[in-house]
Parts: sequence; structure tokens; C-alpha cells
Amino acid sequence: MIRFEARPAPSRLMSALSPLVALLATVAVAALLFLALGKDPVQGLSVFLVEPLRGARALSEIGLKSTPLILCALGLSLCYRSNVWNIGAEGQFLLGAIGGGGLALWVTAGELAISRWAFFPLLILAGAAAGAAWAAIVALLRDRFHASEILVSLMLVYVANLVLSYLVFGPWKDPHGWNFPQTMSFAEATAVPRLARGMRLHAGFPFALLVTAAAWLFTFRTYRGLQLQVGGAAPAAARYAGFSARSSLWTVLLTSGALAGIAGAFEAAGPMGQLTPHVSTGYGFTAIIVAFVGRLHPLGCVLGSGLLSMFLIGGELAQSRVGLPAALTGVFQGVLLLALLACDTLIHYRPRWTSTR
Amino acid sequence: MIAPRLQLQHVTKRYADVVANDDVALTVQPGEIHAVLGENGAGKSTLMKIIYGAVRPDAGEIHWNGLPVHVRSPQEARELGIAMVFQHFSLFDTLTVAENVLLGLSRRVSLQEVTEGIREKAAEYGLALDPGRPVHTLSVGERQRVEIVRAMLADPKLLILDEPTSVLTPQAVERLFATLRQLAATGCSILYISHKLDEIRTLCHRCTVLRGGKVMGVCDPTEESTASLSRLMIGAEPPRLLHRAPRPGPVALALRELSLPRPDRFGVALDRISLEVCAGEIVGIAGVSGNGQQELLSVLSGEDLRAEAGAVELLGRPVGRRGPRARRRLGLHFVPEERLGRGAVPTLSLAQNLLLTREESLRPLGWIDRGALTAQAAGIIERFRVKAPGPAAPAKSLSGGNLQKYIVGREIDAAPRVLVVSQPTWGVDVGAAAQIRGELLALRDAGCAVLMVSEELEELFEVSDRLHVIAKGRLSPSVATPAATLEQIGQWMSGLWSEAEGGAARGSPGEGT
Repeated sequence: MIRFEARPAPSRLMSALSPLVALLATVAVAALLFLALGKDPVQGLSVFLVEPLRGARALSEIGLKSTPLILCALGLSLCYRSNVWNIGAEGQFLLGAIGGGGLALWVTAGELAISRWAFFPLLILAGAAAGAAWAAIVALLRDRFHASEILVSLMLVYVANLVLSYLVFGPWKDPHGWNFPQTMSFAEATAVPRLARGMRLHAGFPFALLVTAAAWLFTFRTYRGLQLQVGGAAPAAARYAGFSARSSLWTVLLTSGALAGIAGAFEAAGPMGQLTPHVSTGYGFTAIIVAFVGRLHPLGCVLGSGLLSMFLIGGELAQSRVGLPAALTGVFQGVLLLALLACDTLIHYRPRWTSTR
Repeated sequence: MIAPRLQLQHVTKRYADVVANDDVALTVQPGEIHAVLGENGAGKSTLMKIIYGAVRPDAGEIHWNGLPVHVRSPQEARELGIAMVFQHFSLFDTLTVAENVLLGLSRRVSLQEVTEGIREKAAEYGLALDPGRPVHTLSVGERQRVEIVRAMLADPKLLILDEPTSVLTPQAVERLFATLRQLAATGCSILYISHKLDEIRTLCHRCTVLRGGKVMGVCDPTEESTASLSRLMIGAEPPRLLHRAPRPGPVALALRELSLPRPDRFGVALDRISLEVCAGEIVGIAGVSGNGQQELLSVLSGEDLRAEAGAVELLGRPVGRRGPRARRRLGLHFVPEERLGRGAVPTLSLAQNLLLTREESLRPLGWIDRGALTAQAAGIIERFRVKAPGPAAPAKSLSGGNLQKYIVGREIDAAPRVLVVSQPTWGVDVGAAAQIRGELLALRDAGCAVLMVSEELEELFEVSDRLHVIAKGRLSPSVATPAATLEQIGQWMSGLWSEAEGGAARGSPGEGT
């Protein structure tokens, strides 16, 4: 029989190992699943773990998918560290896509002359403003009426989806689009500048890395970052110190909303070049897993984004190459998160094998 | 001959880098009240946890009524008849008193039965306790009462009490002692952990003294003097406090007719509290916990901003509406009762915890100068002789006494003009307590106004220049400490005082004021 005994101090080793153990467990479950589906587990695993890393082009795709994940996960990590449970990054992402896409549409429709690099910062601002505004609703309801930010942020995802659908089915529908629910293709100038010819990786990726560095410095090297963490870890200590819980709430929600919004704007303007109801493939939700796999640490978010991007791409490849259902991606994400939470137990507890009486 | 109730031999427990218990022997006879005396970190808590099955020893034997036993869990300990009242409470905040007690019982009983059981025991031992109240609304003292009653309910054969009297009035301590003696007379053994040497000498039959994880001696405390016990415990006599005559200056902190409704349905309403603390004096506030201390302290620290601006006066300025940071900038620092979670963030390092109240290491734009911060923390650790691995150690890795020294040190080091301090030496060992009290006196001599809220009368009498008592949200008039008697203060603690008493009753609540 295994018993769990509290450790005198949390284990640093397990803290670092836990994500790796969780990944191994996920791989093991995946192998079993492939076997059960009558597929070769080696081939199946290689589609998920090897193929997405093969060649510069494949790597650039990982970077492309990582970009929105990093941005969303950074904001979410900040929220979770301050004990604000924003699980609506998906909705803030969609509003950012609407904001950035709307701006691109306006430039396109007006045939305005603007260069890609001049449009890039405007795109960021539009996405950030729209995403932050959406998150501000959550902050306002929580601040004024003590509404649960978990429920409100989640519900607003569905509202955001409907807003997007209304726009692309209605006023923003491409008049020459054979009635498809999509906007017209944006002008070339509004696309996010690409980094290399023939690859879809764009300037959003280095921008996300810059934000990562900024988030790292903010969280661990500034007074404000410390205040947020104190508010999350020990609210009574924050009251004692005189750190405002309200200001923390607004700060983290506006920041995470803005970051998710920027991710949405990049996605609309970058790879897609138009708005459709399917601008997101669940990046805002996947980013929750990224944030936890990454230990709510900015650098961890980058690594976690890479891993989850592999799963996303592997899922697409598994469909086309091995004939496996695309839902596998979701299954693996879920298994990874569960395994991680289970492994995290080992940070604070150690197993003891005892003989049963 | 009857076998001892409990016998420990060669018990050793090592943690990564310290030996908490080194070849410890302990024998407790049936019906014996046995004291375990030692400084913080001497290994008392580890030893008790081993007896209670919460920690496994690396080596050694335990005999229970003459038979060898392996206590694998607190559950098994309770089945044997061992009950424990921990110094650090193991209560669930969101549950009521009765629900918490129910969780700790091995037997299957209904909540109704438990509720009645609590009422009975509480009445029997003279402990005021409402079984229906959620634990998060209770003060530290009230929480301890829950633990005591919970332990009593199990009708134990061995009761372990860890510093149980710190929250009781002198009269209630007498009652508790009477109860413990009565309990012992029925054959129940009692292990009594305390640092109060006087109490051990009045109550206990035997005393085992621990120092550095080793047994320094077993004695009959009634035949020892306080000084000889102290020598066994810390290897020296407790340092004498340097007590100069007070030279009070102008009023630094004042409350003017402060009345506040209770903050929640289980809180205490404050009723026309007037108070003045002058520069260069220490004013003590005695009282049983849960009589408005928490509410009063929150108003003073700025955590509770419901008071009118003029009701709280700091150095002549109305600050009732100003938050903790604004008050700190004016020179008011506060040491709260709860160390972990309020005075310090458990997971953050000692250095980072400085930033809760100290802003010297901040640079423009809120940038943290880590070098300066670490140096500042190291300075406090050294000056206040905090036993800690270093400024990077997380706050929760320190023992209660050492963390308290660090927190008190953090506020004293800020050279405050007004210091409000709650329970400065709660659960702190003799040496550290003397050091903290000495620092408070030195601060007073340097011209700081100190307001000390404490439930330890011994401490209040030792350090304060004037004493108030808080009871049911009302504050008694002040009395100069040399003129006060234990009986008078004990009576006041029950809320029985007349406004004429104490002579210099300022701001007496007459009509029209």
C-alpha cells in the first residue's frame, strides 16, 4: 500500500521533474491508446513527438502556433499567481481578433496606404484594447458586485463567439464571398510581417518572446509584481502591507486581456488574413494548460507553448497520415494536465510503501 | 509495580541537516502531570508528534502501559487514548466549531451530539465557546479553546497540551489547572509543554528538560527554583531587562471616542474607545482574546478604514481614512498577531517579505534592488539573532519564534515613531521573548510610542508603563503598572470596572461628549 507523507519542505527536484514525469505518463497513455485503436504506437508517437520537429519549416509552424499560446499563457499565469481565476482568455482572444481584424478591414476597405511595419504596432494596440475591454467587464463585475470571475470570464467566451459570428454573418460579411460567413481578405499591408520567405512564422513570435522577458522582469523584479504575488499567496498579508486588492484585480485582468487580445489580432491578421467564425482553435483554453505546465513562470510558458503546439500539429498530422481522429489532441492535452496535477502532489508529499496490516 | 502509562527510550529523529531528537527518554506515570520544558527548536514539538503518531522516529521504542507500540498515525494514537492540543491549530477555517470537532473524532456520532458535548465540556471547564460559529471568525485564543475542548471530548488516557494557558485570564488559568488536576486524579496522564516556569512549578509533578534535542535532566519542578529550571533549559539564567524610568513625551497615537459596529456577525463591536499613547512610553492592553482586540488593531493599522478620520490621530493628524502604507510613511508600524499569512508570506523569502512594510530597497519605477534587499535582510537577521539559513530562506521554513524575531525586527529596524504590536512573544521561547521585550524597551527609551496588545499578563506587567484592559469591545481606564494588581486586572478582564477606577480615566463616556 502506498501512503503519502508530507515533506518537511517542498522538493525542488520534484518541482522540476514533475512536468517531465507528467509528459512521460502522457506518452505512455498515448502508446496504449494507439495500441487499442489498432495503430502502430511507434508510428503514432512519432507523428506527435518527432514529425513536428523535423526541418525548419516544421519548427516555424511550432513557432507560429506557440505565439498566441505564449501571449495568452503569460497573462493567465499573472492572473493565477494573484489568485484571479480568469479562464476566459479564449473570449479575450476573440475580441482581439475582432479588434485587429476590424482595423485591418477598415484599412482594406478604405484602400489606405500604409506599410506593414507601420501597421504592426497599430494592430497590437487594437488587439490589446479590444481584449482588455473584454476582460474589464470581468474586473468590473468582480469589483463592484463580487461576481465570480471564473463564471463571468467563461460565459463571456460564448458571448464573444456570438459577437464574432454576428459580425461575419452580418455587417462585415464579404459582399463577394458567395455568402460564406467571412470577411473579405485583408490587404497585403495589414499582414503581420513574416520573418522568412516561404514560412508562416511572423513578427508576432519575437514580440511574444519580448513580452516573456518583460513579464519575467515584472513578476520577479518589480514591487508591483511582488504585490500581485502577495495578494495571491496571502491576502491577509497584502491587506496588512496595504497593497490594494482592487488594483491587483484590475491590473492582472487588463494585462491578461490585452495579451490575449494581441494574440487574437495576430492570428486574424497573420496566418488567416480574414475573419471567420473559426479564427481560434481553442488557443485561450489550451493556454490554461500551458500556464500550469509552465509552472506559471514566464519561461515555463514558452516551453509549455512549444510542447502544446507539438500536440496541436501532431493532432493534425495524425488525422491525415495515420487516420486517427483529431480529437486525440484534446485527449492528450487533458491527460497531460491531469498527470501534471497528480505529479505535483509529489512536490509536497513523498510516497511511502507500507505493508498492509 | 504498575507499568508507566508511557515510556520512550532511545528515541531519535533526524531531519535533513538537524537532529531534532537525540536518544530521548521520557517516562510518564498514570495520573502524572509531566512537564516537557525546552526552548523553541529544542525538539519538544517533534517529540510530541512522535508520541501522537504524526512523525515516525528513526530509532527508539515506545511502550504504552508496558507494551511496545508503533503509533503509525494520529488515528492510532487516538485509539490508544492519546489526545493532543497542538500549538499550531489544525482547524478548517470554513467549518464550524462543532464540525471541526466532529472531524477529529474517531467514533461515529451525530453533529447534534457533538454540539451538545461541546456545550457540556465548555461549561464544565469554564470555556466560552459557541459550537455553531465558523472557525475563521474566531481569534487565535478562541481557536485554541476549540482544540482543548476537542481533546477533552475524546476522554483521553494521555492528554498532550502545547502552551495552553497563553490565552486565558489568571482566573481561568486557575480553573484550567484545577480541571487538569482533577483529570489527573482520575488517572489521566498529562504531558504539559510550556515555557512558563512558574506554571510548571505550580502544576506539574515531574519535568523533563530538553535542550538541542537531548534530555538535559528530569526533576521535580516543585523542588526547583525558576532560576535553576531556566539554567537547565537554556544553560543560563534569563537575561535581566534594563528598565529605565519612562519619560513620556507628547501624545503620538490617540483614539477619540471610537465606536464601530462589528465587522461581521461574529465580530466584536467597539464601544467609545478612547486611548492615548505618548512618545517614550509603552501602553499595554490586556484582555482575553476575542474581546475586540482584532477589531481595535485593524483600525489602528489601517486595515479597517471604517473609522471616522478624526477618531484615529497619529502624531496630531487625523488618519482614520488612511491605509496602512500612508500610516507607515507617517511613522506607524504594526506587528500583527498572525505571523504566517499576515505578518509574512509563507512562500516568499525573508528578503522579499521585507517589502511588505519596508520600501528602502525600491528604486524608481518600483524596481527592486536585490542586492540592497538581501543586505537589508541579512542585517536584520544578524541584529536580531534570527536563526535562519539566510535572506533567501522562505518564511515558512523558520520556527515560530525565529520568524517572530524577524518580523518584530523588521518593524523595529524601521525606527518607527509609533509601534503597535500584538502578542509580541506568543509561543516564543524564554530567550527570544526576553530579547524581544528588551528591544521594545530600548525602542521606548529612544522615544517611540509603543502600544502592546497581549494576553500574557506577566509580559504586560514586565514591559508596560500603563495598562488598559479590553473587554466586550470596551476599554477600561488606564492604570500605572506599578499601581496595578493581578487581581484588579483579572477582574477588569471580565468587564467589571467602574469609570472612577484608575484615577486618570481620560475621555470617560459622559453625556454630550
